[in-house]
Amino acid sequence: MYPVKYHKATSIADAVAALSAGDDATILAGGQTLLATMKQHLADPSDLVDIRSIDGMAGVSAAGNVLTIGAATTHADVAGNADVQKLCPALAELASHIGDPAVRNMGTIGGSIANNDPAADYPAAMLALNATIVTNTREVAADDFFDGLFGTALDDGEIITAVKVTAPSKAAYAKFAQQASLFALVGVFVADGAGGVRVAVTGAGEDGVFRQSGMEAALASGWSEAALDGVAASEDGLMSDLHGSADYRAHLIGVMAKRAVAAA
Amino acid sequence: MSSGIGVPVKRKEDKRFTTGKGKYTDDIRKDNQAYAAFVRSPHAHAKVKGIDASAALAMDGVIEVLDGHQLTGDGIGNIICGWAVNSKDGSPMNMGAWSALATEKVRYVGDAVAVVIAETQGLARIAAEAVEVDYEALPVIAHVMNAMTDGAVQIHENAPGNQIFDWELGDEAATDAGLAGAAHVTSIDITNNRLSPNPMEPRSAVATYDDAEEHYTLYTTSQNPHVARLVLSAFYNVAAENKLRVIAPDVGGGFGAKIYIYPEEITCLWASMKTNRSVKWTSDRAEAFITDAHGRDHVTTAKMGFDENNKIVGFKVDTVANLGAYMSLFSSSVPTYLYAPLLSGQYDIQNIHCNVRTYYTNTVPVDAYRGAGRPEATYVVERMMETAARELGMDPAELRRINFVQSFPHQTPILMAYDAGDFPKILGMAQSAADVAGFAARKAEAASRGKLRGMGYSTFIEACGLAPSKAAGSLGAGVGLWESAEVRVNPVGSIEILTGSHSHGQGHETTFAQIVADRFDIPIESVNIVHGDTDKVQFGMGTYGSRSAPVGMSAVVKAMDKVEAKVKKIAAHTLEASEDDIVIEGGEVKVAGTDKAMAWHEVGLAAYIAHNLPDGMEPGLKETAFFDPVNFSFPSGAFICEVEVDPDTGETEIIKFTAADDFGTIINPLIVDGQVHGGVTQGIGQAMLEQVIYDDDGQLLTGSYMDYTMPRAADVPSYDVSHMEDQPSPNNPLGVKGCGEAGAIGSPPAVINAITDAIGNNDLAMPATPQAVWRAIQAAKPVAAE
Amino acid sequence: MTTINMTVNGKAVSGDVPDQTLLSEFLRENLRLTGTHVGCDTSQCGACVVHINGKPVKSCSTLAASLDGADVKTIEGVSNGELHPMQQAFNDNHGLQCGFCTPGMIMTSIDMVERYKAAGKDLTSDAIRAELEGNICRCTGYHNIVKSIEDAAAKM
Repeated sequence: MYPVKYHKATSIADAVAALSAGDDATILAGGQTLLATMKQHLADPSDLVDIRSIDGMAGVSAAGNVLTIGAATTHADVAGNADVQKLCPALAELASHIGDPAVRNMGTIGGSIANNDPAADYPAAMLALNATIVTNTREVAADDFFDGLFGTALDDGEIITAVKVTAPSKAAYAKFAQQASLFALVGVFVADGAGGVRVAVTGAGEDGVFRQSGMEAALASGWSEAALDGVAASEDGLMSDLHGSADYRAHLIGVMAKRAVAAA
Repeated sequence: MSSGIGVPVKRKEDKRFTTGKGKYTDDIRKDNQAYAAFVRSPHAHAKVKGIDASAALAMDGVIEVLDGHQLTGDGIGNIICGWAVNSKDGSPMNMGAWSALATEKVRYVGDAVAVVIAETQGLARIAAEAVEVDYEALPVIAHVMNAMTDGAVQIHENAPGNQIFDWELGDEAATDAGLAGAAHVTSIDITNNRLSPNPMEPRSAVATYDDAEEHYTLYTTSQNPHVARLVLSAFYNVAAENKLRVIAPDVGGGFGAKIYIYPEEITCLWASMKTNRSVKWTSDRAEAFITDAHGRDHVTTAKMGFDENNKIVGFKVDTVANLGAYMSLFSSSVPTYLYAPLLSGQYDIQNIHCNVRTYYTNTVPVDAYRGAGRPEATYVVERMMETAARELGMDPAELRRINFVQSFPHQTPILMAYDAGDFPKILGMAQSAADVAGFAARKAEAASRGKLRGMGYSTFIEACGLAPSKAAGSLGAGVGLWESAEVRVNPVGSIEILTGSHSHGQGHETTFAQIVADRFDIPIESVNIVHGDTDKVQFGMGTYGSRSAPVGMSAVVKAMDKVEAKVKKIAAHTLEASEDDIVIEGGEVKVAGTDKAMAWHEVGLAAYIAHNLPDGMEPGLKETAFFDPVNFSFPSGAFICEVEVDPDTGETEIIKFTAADDFGTIINPLIVDGQVHGGVTQGIGQAMLEQVIYDDDGQLLTGSYMDYTMPRAADVPSYDVSHMEDQPSPNNPLGVKGCGEAGAIGSPPAVINAITDAIGNNDLAMPATPQAVWRAIQAAKPVAAE
Repeated sequence: MTTINMTVNGKAVSGDVPDQTLLSEFLRENLRLTGTHVGCDTSQCGACVVHINGKPVKSCSTLAASLDGADVKTIEGVSNGELHPMQQAFNDNHGLQCGFCTPGMIMTSIDMVERYKAAGKDLTSDAIRAELEGNICRCTGYHNIVKSIEDAAAKM
């Protein structure tokens, strides 16, 4: 790795200050993607600002049917949290299949969302659940947060502090894993909740996570696998790479959507 | 005997590995150690116009930057291929020059042009990026079928058309005649996918130069440290053999990738002399993907003819093999002598012809990977048999059975003399274990759940224990293929076995000790194995090609014969009996039928005290032997794979994998089963998961575990493994045949035969990823009538 | 440079390391605990798994500087005079060949068994295989690793 300066932030203000002080400072939230990238010399931040020790950054709270999940909550803790399991079991299930057990003990929900990897699982859940991304300066609807490959609405120095999810009446996630990385080749999160019926797709889009409006309309008129019959996902805008071409991904969106609907 | 031959003795070496006390090359740290990082070409093919190391040299902590001109200027020789294969017109193979650090031209992405020596590994890698190399990019040949096209850029000056050789085996005219008279001919076009071996321990080297003694020491991740020393000395001119010690300590898997002597080891040795520092290099995984020799990469068309009784009357095979940018150490032998002679499989085929053309491409060099040629041959033969059975409307097991070799020894028309086997029996064992009779019901049940079940066979033969030296030499091998052993009985009766075989996971410290404990009827705890150090063991050929048991252990047996003879002489002398009456059992050397005996250790003591030895006998109890087998050994087996395919996604689950093997005598069933499990898993990896992919620019697209799929626990089932032991090899004293590669050799066609059976489409290439299977299902669907 | 203090295998240790030092590097190079291995660059092979504050993590993907005050256990700290049941089970069931992935396998497996026991869940062979998704072995084909874990689970 290239040399880097490490800061253990003690407060949001401390983190903001460290982020603005560095030439090219970035947040360390779990590091399960960032450190691998740095090891391969594909990233060269000047400073790493570790936000995990800031009071209140980790942990889950429930108020009524709204879950607030701290940005530094690990995947394992989301998966194992009783409130998440009760109010949004689909999200707990999703978290329990990210990476592997060791990665789940270190990777965090905030880090995953801020990275917005086009094959990551959480962005699909955020979009389908109409989640709110809470930062140190504002609250952003998931619909307005994810912006293309690895892009987000985050401004410089802006830090995700939590996400808020309202319990859906029905939800499930079905993932078809890319065999090598175990990231999603296609992952479909379906939900009937605060934002209406939503179908969000990860792993497949050339511009990252997206909502599948045709399927949303079909499911809104009747929540069943059969409702999706004849709703073909277009291969326009889907990725083609060595792991799957656009037509295969389009086909898998249909299969995974049905499986998610059946599981919800 | 609790730890003798055939006993599932728990491994002696495990304690250090399970407690973190194993000592691998990267665990070694010398005083005064510096670190090497290589400057590697980002281009697949380019001229090197200049190297500017000034920015790197200016960095604090950078000790030296060395390039290929300095290396060749110091007389370091080119890397060679040690097996000469001639074309069918008699011309020699076109071996292109390969310098450890490229000077004029780079020929694949990763080809090293310079090395940075620095105080830390991190700094060395950063400084390597600061070395500026001026490249002039050249056209690229990334895929082998493009190497032979008119006007293709020439990668090596001395290889017109990029061809290395055009070789054949067998009688073409007779084969053509057989095919012409056939009642049915089956044709197949198949690709054997390119693989990366991926031992979990990346390669590593620690080189030290002692300027006072003008002596080098190299710790390295090697399967054959003596061969490394020989080649480093005789061909690369690093140092004379007596001035070079090579040590391969604990080595974390090899699978072929650690046979060869690579640019990095050569460079580290040379750089240690240039800098007078110990120089360490440890590959990371990304570097392993672009430097460890790859495996397989064949494109083959084949035809097999059958008479009206479904007996094979001719088999003709045409193969194009990709050897990458340079000829690696044994690269020429893999698609020739380790491939074509195996094309008779388990079958009695009178007419076989195989033509093999090999080419350079702008890719990583290709060499032996677990099985080496034999998996490629088996894949051709066994895909052919299954496909032919489907075309002929026959049970695939029955078609095999009627064509099996029935008596031994059996001379094939393509060099091999099969020694012993019982192919119908092995197939029957596998069919019974796989419950073939119940398959139809299981298939129907799966269909009721919307799933497609299939079953596939592979009945295969391999040739292990590469030998004999004389025959190998006549076929072009640059080395002999024997093994050496030394048996040292200490004065207290404990024993050290020095062997030229090398264990990098095979468990030699246990199995070699077992044959000694068995022979002298002493506790296994009193036997130690010494290997992997050229200063300790006189010479050896190392471990590959499933040769440690048939060749390495046989050398130990031969040395033990000599020890036993001397022990009996000493005991006879001491006990005043005839040598012929002396027996060794129960920890004693005794006169049969009497109560006269010496404890085992008393004989050892007598040999070293030498107060009362027979007249003329030398003191001591230490014997050496070299064993050169008279023939290969021929393990065989029958594998049956049962799969279930999800037609919605193309995802395949292996429901059951049954392996019935004939390895001859089994020394330790625990370890033999483990070799089968691992080999089959690598074969399943080839069949369903793994593939090295280059883009048209010669950039590696599968350069990490994010894109190259390693088999994980959930990708494979538990295995049903059984053995037949009643046909021991007649060619070595233990009757062993070798077990290290069978799994990888036999399994890929079984898997693909099963999947193609399930989906009803023979046209399916490896790896059968979900996408590939899904596409094959779509292609097989009847077009609906409008 | 950052000065770090942590407990490793029950002993207090400290060191001054460059901030970019990974835990795997700190263990191997500073503490010379070379049982923790590095087999990939992408946090997938699992040869480097250690326990931090009782949980398995990939030490190749964790900064040492972030672990001030942490309690770290490596493969060298698993045996307490006698082999841990998991270590013994790997020996008894031939769950290792070259041994390179073994430390990470054992650290992952110990946590796996403890976690399932604490949750009262049945650790089936399918569950074991799914739980091993972050640990790659090239030698054994996993058959005997699964057996080893099943065996140890019955004894732990």
